[in-house]
Amino acid sequence: MKNRLSAKRRAYGTILKGFILLCAGITVMLLAILIGFIFYRGLGNITWELLTTARSALKNTIGILPNILYTLYIILTTLVIALPVGIGAAIYLNEYAANKRFVRVIEFATETLTGIPSIIYGLVGYLFFCQKLGLGSSILAGSLTLVIMTLPTIVRTTQEALKTVPDSYREGAVALGATKWYMIRTIILPSSLDGVVGGAILSIGRIVGESAALIFTAGTGYALVTNYLQALGTSGGSLSVALYVYAFEQGEFDVGFAIASILIIIVLIINFMTKFVKRKLKKV
Amino acid sequence: MNIITAKGLNLHYGSFHALKNIDVDIPEKEITALIGPSGCGKSTFLKTLNRMNDMVQGVKITGEVIYHGEDIYANGMDVTVLRKNIGMVFQKPNPFPMSIYDNIAYGPRLHGNYKKSELNDLVERSLRGAAVWGEVKDRLKKSAMGLSGGQQQRLCIARALSVEPDVLLMDEPTSALDPASTMKIEELMSALKKNYTVVIVTHNMQQAARISDKTAFFLVGEMVEVGDTDDVFSMPKDKRTEDYITGRFG
Amino acid sequence: MKIKAVMEKTMSCLFFICGMVTIAAVITISVYMVLSGIPAIKEVGLSEFLFGQVWKSTAAEPQFGILPFILTSVYGTLGACLIGVPVGIMTAVFLAKIASTRVAATVNTAVELLAGIPSVVYGLIGMIVLVPAIMQLFQLKNGTSLLAAIIVLAVMILPSIISVSRTALMAVPKEYEEASYALGATKMETIFKVSIPAAKSGIAAGIVLGIGRAIGEAMAVMMVAGNVANMPGLFKSVTFLTTAIAKEMSYASGLQKQALYSIALVLFIFIMIINVILNAVLKRGDKR
Repeated sequence: MKNRLSAKRRAYGTILKGFILLCAGITVMLLAILIGFIFYRGLGNITWELLTTARSALKNTIGILPNILYTLYIILTTLVIALPVGIGAAIYLNEYAANKRFVRVIEFATETLTGIPSIIYGLVGYLFFCQKLGLGSSILAGSLTLVIMTLPTIVRTTQEALKTVPDSYREGAVALGATKWYMIRTIILPSSLDGVVGGAILSIGRIVGESAALIFTAGTGYALVTNYLQALGTSGGSLSVALYVYAFEQGEFDVGFAIASILIIIVLIINFMTKFVKRKLKKV
Repeated sequence: MNIITAKGLNLHYGSFHALKNIDVDIPEKEITALIGPSGCGKSTFLKTLNRMNDMVQGVKITGEVIYHGEDIYANGMDVTVLRKNIGMVFQKPNPFPMSIYDNIAYGPRLHGNYKKSELNDLVERSLRGAAVWGEVKDRLKKSAMGLSGGQQQRLCIARALSVEPDVLLMDEPTSALDPASTMKIEELMSALKKNYTVVIVTHNMQQAARISDKTAFFLVGEMVEVGDTDDVFSMPKDKRTEDYITGRFG
Repeated sequence: MKIKAVMEKTMSCLFFICGMVTIAAVITISVYMVLSGIPAIKEVGLSEFLFGQVWKSTAAEPQFGILPFILTSVYGTLGACLIGVPVGIMTAVFLAKIASTRVAATVNTAVELLAGIPSVVYGLIGMIVLVPAIMQLFQLKNGTSLLAAIIVLAVMILPSIISVSRTALMAVPKEYEEASYALGATKMETIFKVSIPAAKSGIAAGIVLGIGRAIGEAMAVMMVAGNVANMPGLFKSVTFLTTAIAKEMSYASGLQKQALYSIALVLFIFIMIINVILNAVLKRGDKR
């Protein structure tokens, strides 16, 4: 009996395995180089001054405090609207909707929203929120645009969380005479809280990273506004938008790398927190 | 003549001692049945014969399995060639999600260069050998997933035959099938032993008694008794064998 | 308890409205795209718009041919796929079939991080590292090019392709692979001749997802492609459908502005077509 694999098959195996390892290596290396280079060029430029002041033409300094604030305002405003609406939609889909076809229509709409590129959101946001509704270039307009963008994520993660709640909980509650909303409020929502939180964290990541949708709706302003309500009506650039403006339009690469480093740190934190929430979910 | 001999075969899954010192001969061109209650190690033993256990995490195998005069667990034994010569059919029929033709041609295409006409002949021979040619000859290019359970299992037998093995290992091949398909496959096995050695694991004692020439009884990882099927079933030497066969447990 | 009944009715109404928001959003977006995009197309003429090779939006006698943008987007996406799809699928194979659990977890985290990096950060690195490198390597006057955009896009679509393909590969029933091994196949042969074909509809879905991302990317591409309305060439500065909009949006007016909306409409239709294909591919996979 011939004991060895033919040379051709051995070669096939070695070449393919080598190719697979190469590709996996490239992927990991890409990440390492990306993060490494950003930190190398950027971490050193994160100064206290950068983080706590605003841009000053007088002193010829650059500070990104306004942008940090604008980012926070946008996150807050977007989530305050998107979370209730998204959770509400998911509850409707999972707990109320009887008509299967209608559910499929809503799910198809949600999927469609996921596929639309952010620049089109920016454009439509500009047309609808800034012009039609007269909000102008403002944090509010940007947030409303992002609400629509993040809605699918929140609906999807909430739906998944709702689905993991065992039907026996629902049956038990109904058997005790609970009405639907009461049951949802007291039993189902608390049980799916971790999944909802996970979805919120994921959305924060997307909001922070978003630029194309915000640039035409929330603008590129860099004035320091500490009054939240006032900020809603102001044009303000989030961190990602600021990176684009400083690096690409103004050639301030150091600032650009500093902002990029901050953004990557935020991504790392968000990634870590998502895993943390998932682990907490498993414990329950 | 014995085509496969196990000598002092031990197998551990991590700390679990699954096979304890198995010594057994598998005679050529006969049907050998491995019987025993669930979890006794008969399937595990079967899989040591074509080294399919190698892929389980944490498995440790000591001892020898001699095939064609060589220990298949020795260094330098090429598993892919071994498995070409010792084929396997599984409990649940598992055809590839491809056409019937491609299912049968898969093995030959791996191991050799065949012209189109040679391949066609090989496919037909294998399908005839598994007594399923008549039912599929007009739909060779259609997906194998469209066949019934019994047909799929015979397809899997044909696929195993396509690489021209000496030995066919069958792990409870009919337990997932209806009685009519089971009967067809049992008839097939009796025909196959003219050209192939068959080793079959079965939890159905009546099946073992019906079709096998030699029977080995496994219990808790040990091979308790082995011998000619008629002897084992009518005059078992070990009490445990007798208890199992008479249905006192199992 | 009348109050309770009213509460119940109110809440269920509210939830229904929330559900309708997604539908309303899709309808609104579609309506706005069409309404704002049609005027310029009407004015310029459909075939002149789609197939005209010259885009001079601010000239005295403006021309609005977007063929350069369409071709650039198509070539850019194809180029990105040419690089990203093989690397992505092979990495998915590594994660699903080859790596030990610990290594797989680490590489998986790397993929998730890549997915989370903002596009402007990709653009920044492209601008500072890739563009000068291309300029030096190929002795060009200017490194901003279609090539730079293709490389950036390829990296950006990797996570989508990897995660979807990995899921598809992990879902391949073990029985198929067992059967392959039992016939004497090697691990590589089993992966390439059984596992990958069995996972092909899932992998295809991942690729379509990647295509959607590539064709919709604006900011990162803006920073590396040069933004000149040329007919595409690998080493020429080019403009994509997305960057054409982004570039002129802030200062455009009148017909120029309307032309930008029309470009958005064309892009929107492209994406819708890709989504339809995606759904068709997925449904065919489910039929099995």
